[in-house]
Amino acid sequence: MEFKDYYRIMGVAREASQDEIKRAYRQLARKYHPDVSKEPDAEVRFKEVGEAYEVLKDPEKRAAYDQLGSNWKSGQDFHPPPDWNTGFEFSGGFGGNGAADFSDFFSSLFGGAPRQRGSGGYKARGEDHHAKILIDLEDAFSGATRTLSLRAPQLDSQGRMVVANRTLNVNIPKGIRAGQHIRLAGQGTPGMGGGAAGDLYLEVDFKPHSLYRAEGRDLYLDLPLAPWEAALGATVTAPTPGGSVQVKVLPNTQAGRKLRLKGRGIPGGPPGDLYLVLQVALPSADSELAKTIYQTMARDLAFNPRRSLGV
Amino acid sequence: MDEILTGVVVDETGTLTLAEFACACGTETTWVLDLVAEEVLHPAGGDPEGWRFGGQELTRARRFQRLQRDLGANLDAVAVILELLDEIDLLKGRLRRAGLE
Repeated sequence: MEFKDYYRIMGVAREASQDEIKRAYRQLARKYHPDVSKEPDAEVRFKEVGEAYEVLKDPEKRAAYDQLGSNWKSGQDFHPPPDWNTGFEFSGGFGGNGAADFSDFFSSLFGGAPRQRGSGGYKARGEDHHAKILIDLEDAFSGATRTLSLRAPQLDSQGRMVVANRTLNVNIPKGIRAGQHIRLAGQGTPGMGGGAAGDLYLEVDFKPHSLYRAEGRDLYLDLPLAPWEAALGATVTAPTPGGSVQVKVLPNTQAGRKLRLKGRGIPGGPPGDLYLVLQVALPSADSELAKTIYQTMARDLAFNPRRSLGV
Repeated sequence: MDEILTGVVVDETGTLTLAEFACACGTETTWVLDLVAEEVLHPAGGDPEGWRFGGQELTRARRFQRLQRDLGANLDAVAVILELLDEIDLLKGRLRRAGLE
């Protein structure tokens, strides 16, 4: 696996004091925290920083890590030397989703939760696990089966808890909305000592769609109109997830007006609506004919769009 | 694995009991009780026995947890941050509806 240079990740020197490391973490955590960060790779960076801090903030782990030496470079192929951590005792659990976020590099050095203690002894229900699943809008309309890859704690053949990749096939029910969760019983963290496994909660979100914007059950679509359609009224064709429909545009329609197509949003009880947000698109004044027509309008229509501004 | 898993949809409105909710958050029920007392979480139902938490509360609770744990902020500060984030979500929704996002 790849070596991770935790000092470089945190932007501190190898001789940095615990205070300096804490300060560096504060700054980086604030910068990359997924709930507030604007950086595009915030989530990945945040996990990286979190892992680096997990090691460097703990004098025991830091000392052990320093033992590997300063000659390794990030990204280099690496395997922990045998007995590298002799004499060290790593404490601290990896509860909840913390463990699932650590890299293979971390796991190989510091491991996961301890082996099951004794036979028939420590019995506990596994913790619930959370993951996010991105689906297409079309999946919500017709239902679908999606394959999901995630890193989650699992029991290996020796009964140790390790973090590994998992693939699941999940039924996406028709009518699912962004923000809802799909709860998969027993698919979370395995239990200890024969305890039941926790549940897996999948938070659903939609991938951006080329046409529609989803808000809860409702969908929004920008529908361009020609100037004459907006001015004179018209019957125009509009796409909907369920197929094209004819919509009637009233005369003197201004841009921004919404037409509501009831029941054509995301299916459900009740189904959402599809809102057509009417826009006016101007034919370009490229040809002589187009220019002439525009000039005629300018001359003969006596129209001041800025009158309400007092100019 | 070829098995296709079917789950239960956790709606925005309440379906999870206090115990289930605490489990889903990976916390003790006392933590959840604190948050309800601070009016950060608003479960449906009258008393803790009858409380029902929905998916929206789950998302908020986990967001709260992350901020509290990862930024080391105290409960009052996190409550304010959460409200601000809720408002940002609301505004982003409006921008999306207007086709501006």
